[in-house]
Amino acid sequence: MGRTPSSARDPLVALLLGKLNMDLFEELRDKFPLLVSAAQAPPQVSHNQVSIALRGPDVRPLAEHLQSAYQSRLVAVFAEDRVAAESVFYNYYVFEQPAEPCYLILQAPIAADQPRFPSLAAGLPAVNWQEREIQDWFGLEATGHPNPRRVALHDNWPDVHPLRKSFPLRQVLPPFEGERHVYRPTLGEGVFQIPVGPVHAGIIEPGHFNFAVAGEPILYLQLRMFYTHKGTEKLFEDMPIHRAVFLAESISGDSAFSHGTAFCQAIENASDTEVPQRARVMRTILLELERVCNHIGDIGAISTDVGFMVANAHASRLREMVVRLNEGLTGSRWLRGMVCVGGVRRTWSSAQRDLLRDTVNQVEREFDSLVALVQSSDSTRDRLEQTGILLPETAKVLGIVGVAGRASGVDLDVRRDHPYAAYERYPFQVPVYRAGDVLHRMLVRVDEVKQSFAILRAAADDLPEGPHCAPLQPVPPGRCALSAVEGWRGEILHWVRTADNNRLERCKIKDPSVNNWAAIVEAVQGNIVADFPVINKSFNLSYSGTDR
Amino acid sequence: MFKILQKALATGIATVAYPDVPAVVSPHFRGRPEFDFASWRDARPAAEVCPTGAILVGQALSPANRRVTVDYGLCVFCGQCADVSPDGAVRVTTEFELATHNRARLIRAADYSLNADGTHQRLIAEYEAEATAEEAGGKVSEAIRNTLGRSLAIRQVDAGSCNGCEMEIVALNNPIHDIERFGIQFVASPRHADMLLVTGPVTRNMELALQKTYAATPDPKVIVAVGACGISGGIFGTNYASRGGVDATIPVDVYIPGCPPRPEALLYGILLAVGRLAEKVR
Ligand code: SF4
Repeated sequence: MGRTPSSARDPLVALLLGKLNMDLFEELRDKFPLLVSAAQAPPQVSHNQVSIALRGPDVRPLAEHLQSAYQSRLVAVFAEDRVAAESVFYNYYVFEQPAEPCYLILQAPIAADQPRFPSLAAGLPAVNWQEREIQDWFGLEATGHPNPRRVALHDNWPDVHPLRKSFPLRQVLPPFEGERHVYRPTLGEGVFQIPVGPVHAGIIEPGHFNFAVAGEPILYLQLRMFYTHKGTEKLFEDMPIHRAVFLAESISGDSAFSHGTAFCQAIENASDTEVPQRARVMRTILLELERVCNHIGDIGAISTDVGFMVANAHASRLREMVVRLNEGLTGSRWLRGMVCVGGVRRTWSSAQRDLLRDTVNQVEREFDSLVALVQSSDSTRDRLEQTGILLPETAKVLGIVGVAGRASGVDLDVRRDHPYAAYERYPFQVPVYRAGDVLHRMLVRVDEVKQSFAILRAAADDLPEGPHCAPLQPVPPGRCALSAVEGWRGEILHWVRTADNNRLERCKIKDPSVNNWAAIVEAVQGNIVADFPVINKSFNLSYSGTDR
Repeated sequence: MFKILQKALATGIATVAYPDVPAVVSPHFRGRPEFDFASWRDARPAAEVCPTGAILVGQALSPANRRVTVDYGLCVFCGQCADVSPDGAVRVTTEFELATHNRARLIRAADYSLNADGTHQRLIAEYEAEATAEEAGGKVSEAIRNTLGRSLAIRQVDAGSCNGCEMEIVALNNPIHDIERFGIQFVASPRHADMLLVTGPVTRNMELALQKTYAATPDPKVIVAVGACGISGGIFGTNYASRGGVDATIPVDVYIPGCPPRPEALLYGILLAVGRLAEKVR
């Protein structure tokens, strides 16, 4: 069990924070005078984030120093096209330090006529796909990348870079006639390839899995994602912010409220909007309901995949109780159309609050009985234990986050580490295990659901009176802001640069799934093919959140 | 084993009886927004807030006239149009049985003459695609009704959705909605399927897979497009990566609005598609 939440909004802490980051900035500037731009000092501190402007695209020495001296974690890497305004592209590197609520963002310019940047992927596999995404979408080459093939645009796409400003959103591309992706060949006597997807056997999202198997055991797995790429990040640049909230809800439909909240928080940070306390508590409640609903669904689905259908029948009955509560609280079974910039769209009557309390109590009782049922089955435990192991060392190197990380010793939780909404008000524990198998990924969910019940009850009792939404104000242009939410899968990040007329220049979305696919590739090795569904389900990643 | 039985007995029957009895729906649920075109004073605020462009204020037909269209095939049932139309002309209902054979039946239009400030002066005409007698009576052919009506195998195809529709389709299989009580089951291969239940928007990367899945499904087959994105591309529309609605790639028999459509709405559309229900005429 981990650390307790710390407060970032406490003025004293904020002052210390500023100081801490000032010190860090000065140290970086003194150590790396050629890299850190002194001219643009002081660094910009706002809303849990500090930005430091660099002189050029090479962040390797800084990244190494931050990792070795501060145990920093590289949370995300993404790019932005500022060629029209500043003749450069930017790469942004978001870091976090343990026990430090403030994110550190390095902004590295890349000259438009030298569209390349040194890759970090060789030493930091966590950024493997993210750097390749920058290559594909912006046409900036990640030099020295160990595997620079396309990832976000499929191989048969023409040579286009859709996130460049010069590329029109609605450009109709000709039929794709390029070469298809070539998978690593499967060699050796008795070794076979099993291609699966993109259309799968179950009711799940599309992706391609290419297994190399020797008899039953899986030798290795190759993945192709981005089948559901819908141009989402580009689309954010094409609509006013009030519409974009709905687009954020459609990034990953099972995390509509988390992504919606992450987006609204980014806009609130960019526009210095103070969200009323009632709205913060309501958001906290809805975020936890989303977690409960999806975790219970996963516990059932994991049971199904090892043949324990009865447990799934009960779990899906419970899930239905929660989605009906969602409907009673928000008008939508999946919490859509509720979050908005400044708070939430509707307030709750006392009857709705009672509905919340009663349903939570009822679901909690039934949940305990469900867990007892699942644990009573030795054959289920047999199939889950020691299956699909992700070792803690591997999880750390690959930058695995969320449920999957916490089952493999990665003690991260945005709710505690970078508090938002009203999480500071409610104590909770972050479950962390080291076994890293399917069983423990399920146990993390079980523990978290129990913690969520406690948060829900406390928040329902605590719900302050007052407005549920800040008054609507125009969003000032040219502001950059980051926001993070611990969705039920893990860390969700949104970063925006605002434009004129309540629009956006850029919106970067990072779903936890992007990092976590690499975990599945590791976890399946040596397991039998028949266990793949349950291993995959125990991660339950978002294809749409990955592909956008 | 004993524990499992005991729990099952203690739980009892959880399955609902929809469509024989009406669905249990929260009064807060946002279903179809209803437009009283005659009393609507101004469509512009609603068009401004509508996240998907489901409400369109067209160019003036002449300087003093304007056409307003509402497309339930694009609607995500957010209710904002009602919030910004204080004259009460737009009302959110809890209706969800909106599936139709005919895409045009999801569209309403009204022509207005305008005041100087752009508000509506008078409703000139209101348009709605009429249901043919065939549609109202259940349009499907005898062949479909006889072959697929009593035992239907569905292959679900996610052609690019956000996974929202999939969650409701999964819920059709839970003990509450239990679609198997109708002799309907989800199958693992299009070769075993009578119906493709397709969610969208159809991405460029799924276009070919969808075409191949369609080709692999034996005749007679029924294609159902699910959700705002499956019908029209929804909030994603068409862009460099999205082809928009399912019917831009393969022919569609029935459209089920929603974002996502609730399980009962899906069930209604599926039963409609095989002629076990008649289309509601409003
Ligand atoms: S309810 Fe439908 S028509 Fe009304 S604003 Fe929302 S999406 Fe548009």
